[in-house]
Amino acid sequence: MKNIIQNINKAFDHRIRLGIMSVLMVNDSADFNTLKELLGVTDGNLASHTKALEAENYISIEKQFIGKKPNTSYIATKDGKKAFREHIEALEKLIQKS
Amino acid sequence: MEEKNYLQDIHDIKNLMNRSSTFISLSGLAGVMAGIYALIGAYIANGILKHSRDSYVTLESNTFKMMVLTAVTVLVLSVATAFILTYFKAKKAEEKIWNSTAKRMVVNFLIPLVTGGIFAFLLLRNESYGLIAPITLIFYGLACVNASKYTLRDIRYLGITVVILGLITTEYSGYALEFWALGFGVCHIIYGSIMYFKYDRNN
Repeated sequence: MKNIIQNINKAFDHRIRLGIMSVLMVNDSADFNTLKELLGVTDGNLASHTKALEAENYISIEKQFIGKKPNTSYIATKDGKKAFREHIEALEKLIQKS
Repeated sequence: MEEKNYLQDIHDIKNLMNRSSTFISLSGLAGVMAGIYALIGAYIANGILKHSRDSYVTLESNTFKMMVLTAVTVLVLSVATAFILTYFKAKKAEEKIWNSTAKRMVVNFLIPLVTGGIFAFLLLRNESYGLIAPITLIFYGLACVNASKYTLRDIRYLGITVVILGLITTEYSGYALEFWALGFGVCHIIYGSIMYFKYDRNN
């Protein structure tokens, strides 16, 4: 039981961060507006959570210009994908246990 | 309390993965309507052909022009209906119709479809009319299979069915119009109804 709880990742223990990772697991990348729309959050809220995930090295940020507009897109890193998979497995085990 | 949260987490993860990678607002009713238009079109085309039984169909003939007009009308009506019905479905689900999943679906649908369209046009120019029906069926089917990665799975089976029909049509080109009606008409109605009952009615 202790092991399982260890695998519950604090970084994903929030609805928005969980959402960001879910989207990035199945898409090569997602830009800021797409994430905002999918998760239904404000700019500031999303920005703080992406920063938190970037600090953990779970996602990487790519800034580029599309025409004259700056565009920020996010990509899940290898570490991030691995950590997220472990997190889901831990969640599943917890549910099965109870 | 805790455990309920985890279940909710898993549910959210699944939901977001689906919503972010596939276009789910595609309307089943649009498929049914497209099928009905295609059947009406095939009926009209059959009438036109019967009318000019003894003369050869060439690019310049009125018969050919009428057939093309019928086909284009069916296509325009189908696309317009699909767009309108999908728009309302997306609106109801509070989703934007032109989001990144929709773009991906449309682009992947158009690559085989435009290839097939150009191919069919070149065949027409070279006066090989016999292969038009199977070519349009096969490439439409492949377009569906290709687009299905980014939308509801049922489209994949529609595509495979249409491709098989296209291959059969190649062997029995005398029944091209019948197979064409079967592929674009009946298949659309069947799969459209399945999708409608599976996804649309409950919501």
